[in-house]
Amino acid sequence: MTNSQQHLEALADIRRIMDRSSRFLSLSGLSGVGAGIIALTGTFIAQYILNDYYVDYEAVGFRGTDFMELRFKLTVLGVIVFVFALVAGYYFTWRKTRKQQVSLWESSTRRLMMSLIVPLAAGAVFIFGMLRYNEWRFVSPACLIFYGLALLNASKYTLDEIRYLAYCEIVLGLVNVWMPGKGLYFWGLGFGILHIIYGLVMWRKYDSGEQKSS
Amino acid sequence: MKNPIEHLNKVFESRVRLGIMSALIVNDEVSFNDLKELIGVTDGNLASHLKTLEENNFIKVQKGFVGRKTNTTYSITKAGEKAFRQHLEALENMIRLMN
Repeated sequence: MTNSQQHLEALADIRRIMDRSSRFLSLSGLSGVGAGIIALTGTFIAQYILNDYYVDYEAVGFRGTDFMELRFKLTVLGVIVFVFALVAGYYFTWRKTRKQQVSLWESSTRRLMMSLIVPLAAGAVFIFGMLRYNEWRFVSPACLIFYGLALLNASKYTLDEIRYLAYCEIVLGLVNVWMPGKGLYFWGLGFGILHIIYGLVMWRKYDSGEQKSS
Repeated sequence: MKNPIEHLNKVFESRVRLGIMSALIVNDEVSFNDLKELIGVTDGNLASHLKTLEENNFIKVQKGFVGRKTNTTYSITKAGEKAFRQHLEALENMIRLMN
């Protein structure tokens, strides 16, 4: 029987090395939760800015300067939310790699990054192109769809479960195409709520047990 | 009955060689340093196991440079892939029989 034990160990070894050498597995669930909370906060602030704008709009009608200001505020907010979410995501994953004593910059991470960046950059250029023609209704669906496709692409190089998050984002984006004008709700749902749910599920599955045992 | 261990390959009995093959079968190419970190062995030990696999034509070596430093990468050959898959199947069959 010890022989069988040996072979089982050999198979476990093979599996571990195959996974570790081709995928970045230290993605922390808390990264998702952190990014989700920041996105949700951003959504509420955006809602507040929009309400403010519409109060003036009702009172004095359309004013070009107000609209310019609104556009500027929302763009700045978007950039800030993006940067903060990125930092939060990076921080928790960095902490996890420290704890596991694996390096954050190995070839699997580089591949993961590239597989994310290409669809995201395409999405960003596409969205800025739409804004250039004042087409803002499809910004939220485009964000969700391109982000979903980026995640789907990246799922080959990290935890496989991220695929389900990707499918949800894509479906949400596609539904949003048929409900323009509700973009902010979909955006908050996709980038806020879904991230938090995904993060919590992943955290329970991979991270919480580790903390107990250490 | 077919002998379950006829496809078990002697070359893959070492843990280090098994590790090397596992890493190479899922990656197009892996550098010496990445292999070292993955498997957790010393330079000399890894080099001698790589040599054995190379002599069996299971892996290919590419020598290149990153700046001035040499960068040696390894990849699996067709023969290596076939032998490794057969070895895995044989392992599975053995475990099935034992249980």
